[in-house]
Amino acid sequence: MARQTPLNEAHRKLGARMVDFAGWDMPVQYSGIIDEHEAVRTAVGLFDVSHMGEVEFTGPGALETVNALISNDLARIADGQAVYAGLLDERGTFVDDVVAYRFSPERILICVNSSNREKDFAWMKAHAQGVAPVDRSDDYAQIAVQGPKAAGLVQRLTKTDVSKIGTYRFAEGEVAGVPSIISRTGYTGEDGFELYCAAKDAVALWDALLTEGQQDGVKPCGLGARDSLRTEMKYALYGNDIDDQHTALEAGLGWIVKLDKATFIGKEALVAQKAAGVKRKLVGFELTGNGIPRHGYAILKDGARVGEVTSGTKGPSVNKAIGIGYVPAELAAEGSTFDVDIRGRAVPAVVVKTPFYKKP
Amino acid sequence: MANVPGDLKYTEEHEWARVQGNVVVVGVTDHAQTSLGDVVYVELPKAGTKVSKGDAVGTIESVKAVSELFSPVSGTVVKVNDALTESPEDVNDEPYGDGWLLEIELSDPKQVDGLLDAAAYTELLKNA
Repeated sequence: MARQTPLNEAHRKLGARMVDFAGWDMPVQYSGIIDEHEAVRTAVGLFDVSHMGEVEFTGPGALETVNALISNDLARIADGQAVYAGLLDERGTFVDDVVAYRFSPERILICVNSSNREKDFAWMKAHAQGVAPVDRSDDYAQIAVQGPKAAGLVQRLTKTDVSKIGTYRFAEGEVAGVPSIISRTGYTGEDGFELYCAAKDAVALWDALLTEGQQDGVKPCGLGARDSLRTEMKYALYGNDIDDQHTALEAGLGWIVKLDKATFIGKEALVAQKAAGVKRKLVGFELTGNGIPRHGYAILKDGARVGEVTSGTKGPSVNKAIGIGYVPAELAAEGSTFDVDIRGRAVPAVVVKTPFYKKP
Repeated sequence: MANVPGDLKYTEEHEWARVQGNVVVVGVTDHAQTSLGDVVYVELPKAGTKVSKGDAVGTIESVKAVSELFSPVSGTVVKVNDALTESPEDVNDEPYGDGWLLEIELSDPKQVDGLLDAAAYTELLKNA
């Protein structure tokens, strides 16, 4: 039996098409992926991301404990800020990618991928030195409100001044009367928020956002649009673009790895890899021939397999067949060319600057 | 409920065939386009290609997924809908009209007797 979020019934009432996603019964689309994608780029979309997990570290030494587990540095940010980080293993490859919220040095909340919830919690429990993690995943629901009209919509439902919440910053307040963490984060490339609330309040918050958002053209959005939006931004998806076989440096996520930090799991491996040179890199490319690249397709150079596509789609906003994949470092520069094996056909591709999508 | 025009023949792969003498026009059904979601790319065989019933002759891709197109009959491809290169969304908008995929000249006109009629296809959808 697939797991359900508190909004499962709400999705069904809205006519969502449901799919199994990492053991969760989730909406893949409502009105259509392209329609939802466009709503997020031009107006505002709502996503149920309650399947994500939340792990909390509370007590003296919480910051230090988490800092030894993640690749980014919570000591460099202020209370009320969040960081994107790798939860890495000793090889510098990913256990998961996470967002860590610093409420105070004694309270850190980590948001983890739904597909990795149990694995991550076990990993943190085994490796945490100091404060013990608490799995809060079932306590929290999470709704992402994304798009140029997200700020206006959320503002009309809260007394908290959201203009004071900068990117990757958050505040605690009430939205539509529901106590929430109002986090200016997202996975779409648009301005917006991720609202964390108690599981029991999720339906009230969702309904209030849908009702109040009518004037903004709000649309409920499924996992399909979430994937096309993030692909256009070249945001990594765990299990596709990042995994326990590729390091953070290979994934082009050196910016979330603070090698000058005293210690964290994976540091030694990444210091060594940086010194030796990174041999393969995650790049964004466009097809110059016909077709659409897909996860798992081979990347060829002069007929030989040299890499693999990790994500690909026809980007609704860029209107091009775009892909993400690992290639040897010598093919990683912008303008480099290779072929993608699309069901036996070698289709030419060129490495381009990312994100693929830029605001007009 | 999916639209199933009475004058067409159907396959279990959710394709339709409009019989015009010894030529059939082939497309995917309303049910199929709904299941596929937004079609963004269609790959079709070249005119002149000889095909056998059940052959994978092309692909239809949505934002998320790739689906194969199977030939409902044996014969020779005489025409393909090149307009779909520019407007693949026609498959969603008019699956029985502008969203047609290809025309096949039948190697044996009797083949169409083996296809489902609208009533049988409607029944198949009910049990799907």
